[in-house]
Amino acid sequence: MTDLSQALEMVARTDPGMVRHNNEDAVLANNAAGFAVLADGMGGYNAGEVASGMTTALLGVQLELAGKQTPFHQAQGGRLWAERALEQEVARANGAVFQASQSQPQYAGMGTTLVATIFSDNRLVVAHIGDSRLYRLRGSDFQAITKDHSLLQEQIDNGIITPEQARHSQNKNLVTRALGVDASVEAEIHVHEVMAGDIYLLCSDGLNDMMDDDEIAMALQMLSANLPLCADQLIQMANDNGGRDNVSVILVKVKQAFPAPGGFWHMVRGWFGKQGK
Amino acid sequence: MAKLILSMDGLTLKEIPLNKERITIGRKPHNDIQIDNLAISGEHAAIVTILNDSFLEDLNSTNGTFVNGQQIQKHFLQTNDVVELGKYRLKYINEAPQQASQTDFEKTMVLRPDMMRKPLEAAPIGVQTQPSPVTMAPTAAPAPQPTPAPAVAPAAAGQALPLGAIQVLTGANTGRELELVKTLTTLGKPGVQVAVIARRPHGYFITHVEGAQFPVVNGTTLDAQAHPLNDHDVIELAGIKMEFFLKG
Repeated sequence: MTDLSQALEMVARTDPGMVRHNNEDAVLANNAAGFAVLADGMGGYNAGEVASGMTTALLGVQLELAGKQTPFHQAQGGRLWAERALEQEVARANGAVFQASQSQPQYAGMGTTLVATIFSDNRLVVAHIGDSRLYRLRGSDFQAITKDHSLLQEQIDNGIITPEQARHSQNKNLVTRALGVDASVEAEIHVHEVMAGDIYLLCSDGLNDMMDDDEIAMALQMLSANLPLCADQLIQMANDNGGRDNVSVILVKVKQAFPAPGGFWHMVRGWFGKQGK
Repeated sequence: MAKLILSMDGLTLKEIPLNKERITIGRKPHNDIQIDNLAISGEHAAIVTILNDSFLEDLNSTNGTFVNGQQIQKHFLQTNDVVELGKYRLKYINEAPQQASQTDFEKTMVLRPDMMRKPLEAAPIGVQTQPSPVTMAPTAAPAPQPTPAPAVAPAAAGQALPLGAIQVLTGANTGRELELVKTLTTLGKPGVQVAVIARRPHGYFITHVEGAQFPVVNGTTLDAQAHPLNDHDVIELAGIKMEFFLKG
């Protein structure tokens, strides 16, 4: 398996926030294998923690195995192995969480949101369920590249309310999709091109409900030289604004391009420029 | 639960809970809120409530619907909005749940379309009388308590905190002043030495960001931890001295 630790710097942080006593978020970052997983659990007592914890732990092990088995950039049936691996492992985690919630009364109804990314061959594959997000900072452009599965997002899409009005809605935190609440779940999966210098942010709604996107972008731009400080600062800013929910962030800085040997980008470089050298 | 307070000439006439998904306002008797006044159209306006959010819509009334003095077609109601229909006023009050129960309420929940047919005990607020398009799983939310709480926490950097500023004491920019208005301000030369000053509700803090050299405050070199700044502290960064001070 390609070791991406030279190309990717990752920092993961999670914090209960200022109001809650327990932390139902879970984070996992593996920069060598090139993937990151963030989950925001829900359900009574500690069931939310169980759902998010099971999901990140399972994906952490299984995605690493999947990457060792077959390089993530390899295409299979028109899709990257990373896409198929995510789809397969999300289904597996969903089954495990659902089964636990069915068999243990104290876990009944538990579930979790999920955002998981795999970096491979100058691309990233992102799978998400619910309202945990993936943002990208490229130059001065900062935007979410996942779209929440939430009542609010559906209302925005249907033109019932504007994104500005959504900030004042009392209907936050109602997700329309979650992992582990049904026998099957569909993750939304997309592939994006990655450029050296990009910074990616995976976060739970405890961050983006507490801060404007502009403020998040400012922290990323100013503190990109010190990723651990940047992650701590984001959590501190969310907490200073009230910290009403658990706050989790994973930052991924792309220090250099990471074309896979024999991969798409390697071949492109072979066709142009590199010939005759 | 959100409610409307109907008044005319400053006199409160009645309180109307928004306990239905759709409440109509008009002159004709079949309306949920009947206002028998010729300035009001037969079917004048409607309020649609989706869980905790309410939307006001004008139903092509003759004299129009106004919110806070502005004519509207469709409006997302915010607490304390005043809806004007002729001489009548409808004040919209949507009190957020009390802090303690609010934390429970704000827990993320899943909306499941397959639960549509079930009764509504689980719906947190409103919509008690009619089938709603959505209900919640898995847990019911506690009843709201009448204590107002802001929907979005106030932007930090408390108003109580006096504004801080930096004045450069040495080098080419001597005398230059920089007000620390933003939540974060970085100082120094990228790639050489950078520090960040964070504006927090209880004060300003300086932290090392990058470079082999750490910032010096009042002659003491900082470590990687955030360091609180006091009035008239002298900061040395990338060979430049500057003074931090609070503006009254």
